[in-house]
Amino acid sequence: MRIRTLAALIAIPALAAMASAQSVDLTGAGATFPYPIYSKWFSDYATKTGVRINYQSIGSGGGIRQLSEQTVDFGASDAPMSDDELGKAKGGKILHFPMVLGAVVVTYNLPGVPKSLKLSGIVLGDIFLGKITKWNDPRIAALNAGVPLPAKDILVVHRSDGSGTTYIFTDYLAAVSPSWAAGPGKGKEVRWPVGLGGKGNEGVAGQVRQIAGSIGYVELAYARQNKLSYAELQNASGAYVAPTIDAITEAAASAAKKLGKNTDYRVSIVNAPGKKAYPVASFTWVLVYEKMPNATKAKKLADFLKYAWTDGQKAAATLDYAPLPGSVVKQLEQRAAALAGTR
Amino acid sequence: MASTQLHGASVGDRIYRFTTTAFALSIPLLLVLLAIEVVVAAWPALKAFHLGFLTSSEWDAVNGVFGAAPAIYGTLVSSLLALLIATPLAIGVAIFLSEFAPPWLRQPVAFLVDLLAAIPSVVYGLWGIFVLVPFLREHVMPFLADRLHLGDTPLFSGPAYGPSMLAAGLILAIMVLPYISSVTREVLMAVPRSQREAALALGATRWEMIWGAVLPYASSGVMGGVILGLGRALGETMAVTMVIGNRHEISSSLFAPGYTMASVIANEFSEATNDMHLSALMAVGAVLLAITLVVNIIARWLVWRVERRGQA
Repeated sequence: MRIRTLAALIAIPALAAMASAQSVDLTGAGATFPYPIYSKWFSDYATKTGVRINYQSIGSGGGIRQLSEQTVDFGASDAPMSDDELGKAKGGKILHFPMVLGAVVVTYNLPGVPKSLKLSGIVLGDIFLGKITKWNDPRIAALNAGVPLPAKDILVVHRSDGSGTTYIFTDYLAAVSPSWAAGPGKGKEVRWPVGLGGKGNEGVAGQVRQIAGSIGYVELAYARQNKLSYAELQNASGAYVAPTIDAITEAAASAAKKLGKNTDYRVSIVNAPGKKAYPVASFTWVLVYEKMPNATKAKKLADFLKYAWTDGQKAAATLDYAPLPGSVVKQLEQRAAALAGTR
Repeated sequence: MASTQLHGASVGDRIYRFTTTAFALSIPLLLVLLAIEVVVAAWPALKAFHLGFLTSSEWDAVNGVFGAAPAIYGTLVSSLLALLIATPLAIGVAIFLSEFAPPWLRQPVAFLVDLLAAIPSVVYGLWGIFVLVPFLREHVMPFLADRLHLGDTPLFSGPAYGPSMLAAGLILAIMVLPYISSVTREVLMAVPRSQREAALALGATRWEMIWGAVLPYASSGVMGGVILGLGRALGETMAVTMVIGNRHEISSSLFAPGYTMASVIANEFSEATNDMHLSALMAVGAVLLAITLVVNIIARWLVWRVERRGQA
């Protein structure tokens, strides 16, 4: 209970900001990862329809807490809410709506290695577990025939701050490497067996860029905007895939085929089955109460979601997010229509 | 006597007295409320892990096991290292400025040293990542390990990646230096002229005068400056997080990455959704509060002892 009070205290700056913005129609809080595209959507949508949406990018954890306490109209998260978290929500059932796709890329610093390295999930897992310690390890060499791999020590760099990026990456490692699943497991913040922690994408990328022989992971948009070198990862069907926008959308499309009609979308799409699918991808979600107390707000939010899934998706690639596949959007629109019609 | 005076005092005086008393009491009250709130929030974690919270190195948010020993160790070691480096430097700067510097140099240099305190800590952190850490990795660490052959001693062993306890100690040293030197300078300037003249009259050299007459006179004030610096070092978050390597592990080597309590809280609080994780972070906060309190009490006691010896 006390922790709730503190969570509410954290909400105070957010509330102050809300009060200062004039005539805000909807308020939300949560993940920082999709903030660039959300803020573009909100601003475009306000220009188009006059509906103002205020979003505080305080982190997924804060977003979930505020939604549970009903201090915001919607939350946003890079990881689906756990059953435990859903049970604590004060306003009833919470729905997960995927908004856009993100991906995590493996970046490294190996002077003298000209082209993209190829890595499989098991090998990547063993590198991050500290079981593979040299770049010229036979298991890495076997995947990269003809590449001059140096006899350098591998330095693992990971995120020190809790983050959705870490969640997606460890979710992937846990899916492909049994020893990772049994060891550190998946989470926004795990117990790393080896390596250094950098704060934020920039902390990890900065470290990797400076130290020859290092390997780390950052979110796709950051890697693309900073032109970092990245590895091609082996996907579930055995192909090596680079993190392109199409390969990420393909991951969602192939994973969605296996979802039932009534899925709650609390699903992981790492290691997706598609041949061209990039394996370290994830939805990022907007979280909404199924029965919002205010019907006008529910309608406004449903309209916005619809905009984000149609016109909004076109902006995704320009900001280095991958758009949702058309099949998923269709299903989502039906669910959102139900949201608007609750009252 | 005092009470009769108070009765005779005007209403204005009474309001004034009441207001200032309320102001004075509000700070301790705030501190007490803060401590209560933190401890209450920390209680579930403290109850679940008991003393293990202070002694275990296992920090695993996935499995809900939390031990803060590496962070406690890191906070103490990085702060101690910072003081070891900064104190002699700061006292040297202060002695130069108060005793030797010509007036035209004194003001600008003092101003620049004080300005170090005004730089935001995130700027120190960025400078740490892009300048200090590469410099340590390429020059200082190889020099210490290979040229001075200290690589085999536990203090300087292991691979030199850059982000390390050493980097954290150095960046903290630069950050606390202005606090110590500024206080020390003021205290040295306040030493009476007669004290100096007496020493010189007894045939002391300038060095003997400063070392034997001025510094002992000012020692409690200097200690005060060091305490101020220590307080800053213990609580510093941003700059340290950016250069320390953020690893939950205790290593004897200064080249190895570590963690501090403030960094753990800053890194993990925003994404902690699980109640036990949040409570563990609060517990780290409570321990930090307690350690800061204890360290300050010890330091005050030292000042008090020095003062008493000075009077005897």
